[in-house]
Amino acid sequence: MAHEVELHRRGFIVLAGAGLILGWAPAARASAPEAAAFTQTFLRIDTDGTVTVLAKHLDMGQGVWSGLASIVAEELDADWSQMKVEGAPAAPEYKNLVLGAQVTGGSTSIANSWTQLRTAGATARAMLIAAAAQRWKVPASAIVIKKGVVRDASGHQAGFGELAAAAAALPVPTEVKLKDPKDFVFLGKGFQRLDTAAKARGTALFGIDVRLPGMKIAVLARPPRFGGKLKTFDAAETRQVAGVTEVVQTPQGVAVIADNSWAAIKGRTALKLSWDDADAELRSSAAILETYKALAGTRGGMISLQRGDADQAMARAHRIVEADYAFPYLAHAPMETPTAVCRVTDGLCEIWGGIQSQTANQKAAAAILGLPIEKVLIHTLLAGGSFGRRATLDSDWIVELAEIVKATKAAYPVKLLRTREDDITGGYYRPMAYHRLRAGLTSGGEISGLTQTLVTQSILYGYPFGAEAPPKSDPTATEGNLVDRYDVDDATLRWIPGQAHVPITLYRSVGNTHTTFAKEVFMDELARAAGRDPLAFRLAHLGSRRRQAAVLKLAAEKFGWGGKPAPGRAWGMAVQEAFNTHVAQMVEVSVAGGEFRVERVVCAVDCGFALNPDNVAAQMEGGVGFGLSAALHGEITLSGGIPDQTNFDTYPILRMSETPRGIETYILNSGAPPTGVGEPGATPIAAAVANALSAATGTAFHQLPLKFPAA
Amino acid sequence: MPMALSINGQLHAVDAPADMPLLWALRDILGLTGTKYGCGVAQCGACTVSADGSPIRSCSVTLGDLADVKITTIEGLTGSTAKAVQDAWTALDVAQCGYCQSGQVMAATALLEATPKPTDDEIEAAMNGNLCRCATYVRIRAAIRAAAASLGAPHGA
Ligand code: FES
Ligand code: FES
Repeated sequence: MAHEVELHRRGFIVLAGAGLILGWAPAARASAPEAAAFTQTFLRIDTDGTVTVLAKHLDMGQGVWSGLASIVAEELDADWSQMKVEGAPAAPEYKNLVLGAQVTGGSTSIANSWTQLRTAGATARAMLIAAAAQRWKVPASAIVIKKGVVRDASGHQAGFGELAAAAAALPVPTEVKLKDPKDFVFLGKGFQRLDTAAKARGTALFGIDVRLPGMKIAVLARPPRFGGKLKTFDAAETRQVAGVTEVVQTPQGVAVIADNSWAAIKGRTALKLSWDDADAELRSSAAILETYKALAGTRGGMISLQRGDADQAMARAHRIVEADYAFPYLAHAPMETPTAVCRVTDGLCEIWGGIQSQTANQKAAAAILGLPIEKVLIHTLLAGGSFGRRATLDSDWIVELAEIVKATKAAYPVKLLRTREDDITGGYYRPMAYHRLRAGLTSGGEISGLTQTLVTQSILYGYPFGAEAPPKSDPTATEGNLVDRYDVDDATLRWIPGQAHVPITLYRSVGNTHTTFAKEVFMDELARAAGRDPLAFRLAHLGSRRRQAAVLKLAAEKFGWGGKPAPGRAWGMAVQEAFNTHVAQMVEVSVAGGEFRVERVVCAVDCGFALNPDNVAAQMEGGVGFGLSAALHGEITLSGGIPDQTNFDTYPILRMSETPRGIETYILNSGAPPTGVGEPGATPIAAAVANALSAATGTAFHQLPLKFPAA
Repeated sequence: MPMALSINGQLHAVDAPADMPLLWALRDILGLTGTKYGCGVAQCGACTVSADGSPIRSCSVTLGDLADVKITTIEGLTGSTAKAVQDAWTALDVAQCGYCQSGQVMAATALLEATPKPTDDEIEAAMNGNLCRCATYVRIRAAIRAAAASLGAPHGA
């Protein structure tokens, strides 16, 4: 076929035998993996010298594939240009050491791979050296490796590819020496991502781009209300749409299957459907929020954290400050909607996509298709964003796909296309949350007693996982709260699980998305009530949290906090520790004619050792934009249980014109082991902007998205 | 009846209904998956292609509208402006997830072809319809400025 020939010419490849048409993936290969001369769990070396790192984590934009490769390259002393990455298969040896299963989240990827990949690189290096020593009949100590070239003093020289097969035949050393970080020649100095050129040329391969011979495209008609079920459907008109080949009912709804996406979408529009809403969520989001607000005034739920006696300390206080904060549901809206492809041939199931929870997705597909787990192969491709959406604990998007494959008897490969409307109305949101904070202040302006009551659904135990009363505290609901983050002797955190039949899930920086706002806006309110500078007030309550204090001080210094904003400008700050990374952000906003704009952001971050400072900066810039998007626009509302927003016209996300022209990142190298940067940068910005707007207007902001001017 | 479409300098006979948006013909029929689906309703710019040199949203133009129009997709993007843009994109590591970036590169190339030395306001006006959920906007701006500077520089500089 003409176009396939053309695709080939443009850098696409055809995997011989598999009949699979794939575009560029960071390690797209024309040969089968077994052909590699040297193969270990985390890396392969080909005879041409290419080092391919098998990434157990998903790259959804955070740059982790390049980050993982850089760790191997350092210990192996490889040249960056010989490095490639591909997604590791789903297998026990690729589990996340922090989370216990193969899953990417919690900004844990680099931290849990650090020693593992350094060891893998050092092991391969030792074996290459041993192979060279044998070949050249010199002691191993006489051999050096620099930028992928192996040498000895007498003039012998070889690339990795020439030594790979010999190295592979040697025993694997059980102990290897890792470099002293001060001897790093590559890490910490900055390097280019491995996927950047392909992404600029449109040749990077995402799940939605996969095309297999004979593949059909499915779209799924789902219940309009969460918890609703299909009652009846009539597909007569759908079957008339040119290109529609099959219509099947699945446990999730009705799948329209067609030769192309357009026919599937048109066919779905032509369906006549009726739904049973007996178990569905029928309330509006406003009504749900009212129940949360009422709960916040009770002593229900559970005490998640307690020190001293908050009530007694408040009774002694000079004055009491109180504030409530409300947060809506949020859709992740990754630019590539979670779309995957599945094929079953001869009892072997293969799934292609930007897979974030390999272990869970593999198990879910195996159970539905009645296959042993090892008969489900997961091909993890680059993901066009996720922000948590692909990590649903119930594998929803893979379950839907596997059910369609089952319903069609696996007669052909299927791509389940999720339209933007499916994505935005489909739930699995960042949960709604309601906070009530109450604190006493001494006459000297110190906090004396603090209570924080937080009402929000449990991500780990709540809907759709059934438990009405979670068995224990859920860190995804409460992490980053004020009681936990500032030094207050007498403090209580109460968590009251909210109940709603709205499916929710992890969302970039999770609980911190709302706890940071409540914590940091309340700290500003307390500082104002105490008549103190917000920086000094925070530092006075961060005595035991030196890394947070340090990033605040660094941000203040770079920002010039001691000065005064120009007329029409105002400043604000916020700080958070999220996933063991510490971030402070300070902003300057301009306010004019009932509108505001964020002009400048200074971001100070301590993520331990920064593998690639430029990628840390990129993640801070992206995090600021992501958090700002939620601050300005982010809101899913429900009317009669149905989401009001459907696409980017009703669920706007940040645009270039709303993005600060200056976002500066300063990295504070605390010398600690590396921690993640994908999420923490998104946390403080909304509060920093709200605090700046309060400084400009004198009113406090108690909800997101920000309503400006405040009513 | 198959329709003749001019894509990347080649005529293709495409057998598809006239109401099919160009986006789906490119992706599903011609296999040109560099052009991305983001919203389907002209709200995000992920599907941007060039029609006779102007950027259009391929999700919102149908095959029936495209007789005698020369379409260029990211796969067929050539020329010194495109090269400068893609080089700047690479040098500055603009992309994060990268999914929006085909559209960004198409829009930026069209901007610089029409306005070789855009101001920051002109950059914003031209790029504001291209959404990036990863919020790479800071680097997109910088890369457009860098590409403009490299195009303006004397040869060999
Ligand atoms: S897909 Fe065309 S503008 Fe979004
Ligand atoms: S780079 Fe991810 S959407 Fe733009």
